[in-house]
Amino acid sequence: MSEVDAEMRAELAALKLENAVLRKQLASNNNKNGTSDSPHPLSLEEYRRYGRQMIVEDIGGLKSQLKLKAAKVLVIGAGGLGCPALPYLTGAGVGTIGIVDNDVVDTSNLHRQVLHDSTKVGMLKCESAKQVLNKLNPHVEIVTYPVRLDYSNAFEIFEKYDCVLDCTDTPLTRYLISDVAVNVGIPVVSASGVGTEGQLTILNFQNEGPCYRCFFPTPPPPTSVSSCSEGGVIGPCIGLVGTMMAIETIKVIIGSYTSENFKPFLMMYSGFPQQTLRTFKMRGRQSKCLTCGDHPTINKEAIQSGSINYELFCGSRNYNVCEPDERMSVQDFEKHREGPNDVILLDVRPSHHYEISHFANTFNIPVKKLRNMDGSMAKLQDEIPRIKQDSEVVVLCRYGNDSQIATRLLKDEFKIPNVRDVKGGFFKYIDEIDPSIPKY
Amino acid sequence: MNELISKDIKRNKTRMVKIKVEFLGGLDVIFNKERVHNLNVPKEDPVTMADLLDFIVETMIANKKDVEVFLENGTVRPGIITLINDTDWELEGELEYVLEDGDIISFTSTLHGG
Ligand SMILES: [Zn+2]
Repeated sequence: MSEVDAEMRAELAALKLENAVLRKQLASNNNKNGTSDSPHPLSLEEYRRYGRQMIVEDIGGLKSQLKLKAAKVLVIGAGGLGCPALPYLTGAGVGTIGIVDNDVVDTSNLHRQVLHDSTKVGMLKCESAKQVLNKLNPHVEIVTYPVRLDYSNAFEIFEKYDCVLDCTDTPLTRYLISDVAVNVGIPVVSASGVGTEGQLTILNFQNEGPCYRCFFPTPPPPTSVSSCSEGGVIGPCIGLVGTMMAIETIKVIIGSYTSENFKPFLMMYSGFPQQTLRTFKMRGRQSKCLTCGDHPTINKEAIQSGSINYELFCGSRNYNVCEPDERMSVQDFEKHREGPNDVILLDVRPSHHYEISHFANTFNIPVKKLRNMDGSMAKLQDEIPRIKQDSEVVVLCRYGNDSQIATRLLKDEFKIPNVRDVKGGFFKYIDEIDPSIPKY
Repeated sequence: MNELISKDIKRNKTRMVKIKVEFLGGLDVIFNKERVHNLNVPKEDPVTMADLLDFIVETMIANKKDVEVFLENGTVRPGIITLINDTDWELEGELEYVLEDGDIISFTSTLHGG
């Protein structure tokens, strides 16, 4: 045999081997869903992708990975909580993930909503999230619902899923999500956060655990509810809580929690002054609960017909405590600001807001401090020496809500008759008169 | 001197319960932004949670206008979770729970942001 022959034979053998490997790879790729003609329930790529989590003993190996793959999880809200929860669930290989959010990306979201970025401002959050998640893990089906969740569409969406993550930001949607989940018979991993703190719980676990109404049969007064845009929020603090939601969801799906070992709980995270995480033992299902108790009245029919009035139940704040003639437009305000008069311009935002940006020649007395003066002119004069009963006062806040409350206080308690507030506040002024002022 | 005081206390059947009270979830704003307070609650036996709420309202809320942030209809306002040693007070008898030395009572607002 010539040397050339031997070389060619060796090359042929190598090619045959390569061909066989490629055929097998092709077969496994065509068989990502582990259909019957493969000996494996996952593709080889999936074994590599999920290997590092499958070998963690608490997870329970391939069996649990298949549970994750079969799971359908609905995430409501792709904001501060949804953004960290979603990529971990996608990365972990949850088979189907639905995202409900009708909001669009705003620059003020980006410090905490880490799935979105500066190029996506104005894009639907659910679509922005889907783009990232599809790249992260093509084995996961991402379904988007660019709608506002309400009593009329909730059942239709929830019925396709095994578990819901409540990543929303108002008591109203929290009651709705819990009520619908109880009626559909699925658990809710529910979390919330504002400022430097966060809370997390699991509701309606195996249709035995308490629901949101068991914990909170009566909603809080609307005046006590603080949102992220109002109270502020630290990105990594809310991010940690969203990450914890992903962990709880994985535990629910793979069966770490059982009806024997599950005890109702509420976790509370605080980021400041020192980071702490505490787990509180909570009440069980309440027999008198209107949704999950012994004689429930909040059932599918009642919710879908709209006879459970969530708006009325949760109430809303009434900021409109001033008459139209007690208010001025930002344009009128501009005239006052420029005019050569001795009008007192009073900014009633919290001092740490005022420090970020404010007008020159304004006084800053936060509305709470003004209230605590109990109508004492002497105390008011400690802050504004030249103010008198006959002064003209113009009151300003961020959006034109607190300024109305302050106007009422000045007129009714301090007995200063000539007081008006600025409709739409500092931010409307920035939008309509001077966009060069920093808006936060 | 100390003996006199303790005799006096005994005569009045008054005792002190030493407990820790925490205000979380932003509730500290009505308590001078102090989250944790170590309290000696003087009261005739037994000192219940109802007595503690009275004590907090009378001695700890500086501005009476803030009482409604904490209480409603004689009990803790809806939306505030009350915990006795990290356990939902619903499991501990709520207003009737009798305080013991060393108890940690926590009040936290429910958060809603996301
Ligand atoms: Zn319930």
